[in-house]
Amino acid sequence: MMNMNVQHKATLQKLGPFLALLVLVAGLAITSPDFMTVGNLLNVFRQVSINALIAFGMTLVILLGGIDLSVGSILALSSVLTALMLSHGVDPVVAASVGILAGAGMGMINGVIISKGKVAPFIATLGMMTILRGLSLVFSEGRPITGLNSDFFAMLGGGYVAGFIPVPVILMLVMFAVFWFVLKRTVFGRHVYAVGGNEEAAALSGIKTDRIKIWVYTLSGAMAATAGMILTSRLNSAQPTAGTGYELDAIAAVVLGGTSLTGGRGWIFGTLVGALLIGILNNGLNLLGVSSFYQQVIKGVVILLAVLLDRSGKKA
Amino acid sequence: MLIQMKGISKAFGPVRVLEDVDFALERGEIHALMGENGAGKSTLMKILCGVYQADSGTIAVDGKDTPIKNTSDAEKQGIAIIHQELNLIPQLSVMENMFLGREPRRFGVINTIKMRTQCLEYLQLLGIENLDPDVEAGTLSIGQQQMVEIAKALSLNAQTLIMDEPTAALSERETEKLFGIIADLKSRGVGIVYVSHRMEEIFKVCDKISVLRDGQFVGERVIAQTDFDEIVRMMVGREIGDRFPVRQATLGEVRLKVSDLADATISGINFAVRAGEVLGIAGLMGAGRSEILKTIFGINRKVAGRVELDGQALNARSPAEAIAAGIGFVTEDRKSQGLVLGLSVRENATLANLSKYARFGVINHAEQMAVVQREIDRMHIRTRDAELEVKSLSGGNQQKVVFAKWLGIAPKVLFLDEPTRGVDVGGKAEIYQIINELAQSGVAIVMVSSELPEVLAMSDRVLVMHQGKQAGIFHQPDAETVMTAATGGLK
Repeated sequence: MMNMNVQHKATLQKLGPFLALLVLVAGLAITSPDFMTVGNLLNVFRQVSINALIAFGMTLVILLGGIDLSVGSILALSSVLTALMLSHGVDPVVAASVGILAGAGMGMINGVIISKGKVAPFIATLGMMTILRGLSLVFSEGRPITGLNSDFFAMLGGGYVAGFIPVPVILMLVMFAVFWFVLKRTVFGRHVYAVGGNEEAAALSGIKTDRIKIWVYTLSGAMAATAGMILTSRLNSAQPTAGTGYELDAIAAVVLGGTSLTGGRGWIFGTLVGALLIGILNNGLNLLGVSSFYQQVIKGVVILLAVLLDRSGKKA
Repeated sequence: MLIQMKGISKAFGPVRVLEDVDFALERGEIHALMGENGAGKSTLMKILCGVYQADSGTIAVDGKDTPIKNTSDAEKQGIAIIHQELNLIPQLSVMENMFLGREPRRFGVINTIKMRTQCLEYLQLLGIENLDPDVEAGTLSIGQQQMVEIAKALSLNAQTLIMDEPTAALSERETEKLFGIIADLKSRGVGIVYVSHRMEEIFKVCDKISVLRDGQFVGERVIAQTDFDEIVRMMVGREIGDRFPVRQATLGEVRLKVSDLADATISGINFAVRAGEVLGIAGLMGAGRSEILKTIFGINRKVAGRVELDGQALNARSPAEAIAAGIGFVTEDRKSQGLVLGLSVRENATLANLSKYARFGVINHAEQMAVVQREIDRMHIRTRDAELEVKSLSGGNQQKVVFAKWLGIAPKVLFLDEPTRGVDVGGKAEIYQIINELAQSGVAIVMVSSELPEVLAMSDRVLVMHQGKQAGIFHQPDAETVMTAATGGLK
């Protein structure tokens, strides 16, 4: 009997963020006539996609019990590199691929410093955040890089599939499915949970924990760079200061989704919901004409409330 | 009567954990509280300490009905508990720990001189005045830390002292010292509740024994008028048969051969284990028993020596390499080293060989589940569901999950480090049965244990360690031989 109740409670708890999202959507649907239009919703999804892509990678990092503060800078540097190549007439497919691989490489450096160098993830990625931001400014000479001149590249952020679904939204949903599958069904995914839940036990069970960590930070870097491609395509230029503060939005989405900062517990669905919550909240507050100063206050309060509710639920 | 608990009942939600339990403690009495894991011992003690509130029942202190609503009520009544996991703050000094939250002060500034003098007084009372009040608590041995906790309890004027598995992490010598202190406290009229699984100890130091089973009070006995078998019967409510099941040893070829092995703390280790054999490793705490296993397994760095597995040289530099060669290792601390507590029974049972159930990295759940279910049935792991978090299982069943994990790699050699620590009597017998079956199937087993009866009964031969060196290997020795060798009496 008790176990049943406990399980129901756990399920309810897990679905908490999703229920909050439904409530928010319902509330906005009633208060703002512009909210529930196809155009607005697709627009919200497109805005959310950049944060969601970064947050998917961040989910793995946080599942390991780590943190990645460098995603914003990785986004900027890989965008600058890709834009430089495009402006010099490099094939857009090559340019975008190299940009994403460069992001993966930056993430890999994070992973190596953290696992082999035994540096705390907060410090390692804080250092990388500063270094990579500096390099973005160096390579771009501190100016936005424009003149990308590629229809294909412009489609990444601005194109539509079937005439009305934005390409970034498709990309977000595909990556969501991939991450869901990887975390749930693959050896790698389950080892991420094991290392995050108890690193010592995982290592003593023969899991190569360093390798798992390096891969996870590499993935996080690749996801940040992918988000960078979308942003650069949307703006039709690369800004060396792009992505500043994005790491906090991504962390907020992961935590709102119920993934534990101590590692070992969480899911990718929660992160998608968390990213949507933040995006829809922004959109709704805009539609309702709330000043952008108050928007920040409200966003912060929502994040704290969500985490506090999560805590009290776990104690009971 | 110092403490009289009567008709105590307690339920958590719909689960009744205590039902109409009585418990009585006299001044100057050492009273053992026994029962299998989950019998309700710790809940009863937490009620006495004010951590939980009883749903019904009364507590009388010195014959006076005294409601204990919270921990400070208990403190006022002189009731103190020494937890199994010690509660000192490692970065603070001995005296700072002792007077935490009630530091002697003058004009709002801590009076360190007074604090040091008072601290020394209590250390003297326990005969441990050689301990420096200024040293950081984290640098002390577990035994010393425990002494500090006892001194702290005395400084709070404790009349009732509850000790939860006090000897679990102590060396032989520290244990003797602790028993001396307990006897001294007894002569001062302090009443001691002694919670432990270790029968030998209880019969040695306690006056009385109370047994709980499934949340109910089974009975109280005077130690002098009872025996081991009666207590076990009271605890499990049935005959458990032999405490150590008999094994038919049929020894095969040598599986693991170790010559002149050394790491940073041990050296000169030589032994060979055959298929079907159980080699026990005995010795005092800190003698280097676990280090032998850790070095072979690739956790510690080997500095000298040769290891052969089935005739092949083995130089494992990481657990992954040792596992790949066919060695399994049931580590000492299952919560921090053996299991990922937040994952399910299924995931923990397949942690060491997950790739076996995967094609191109994708796990075949059905196949994985079938194997796990087979192990659950074979080892009688009591869990409602393989998807349950392993955290929710009892100690014995958790340990069986660790065994299941290692059976999954079909080990040639299995290392066991304290395989029955924190496991209740019934669970122990089952684990011994599993060990025997493994040996009979041709696995070579090396078992480190601090419980002498366990080593003696389970091993074909016993390797005894003394101060990082091998003191000898004995064929089915008696306790005296092992203890003599372990304390350096054999030269």
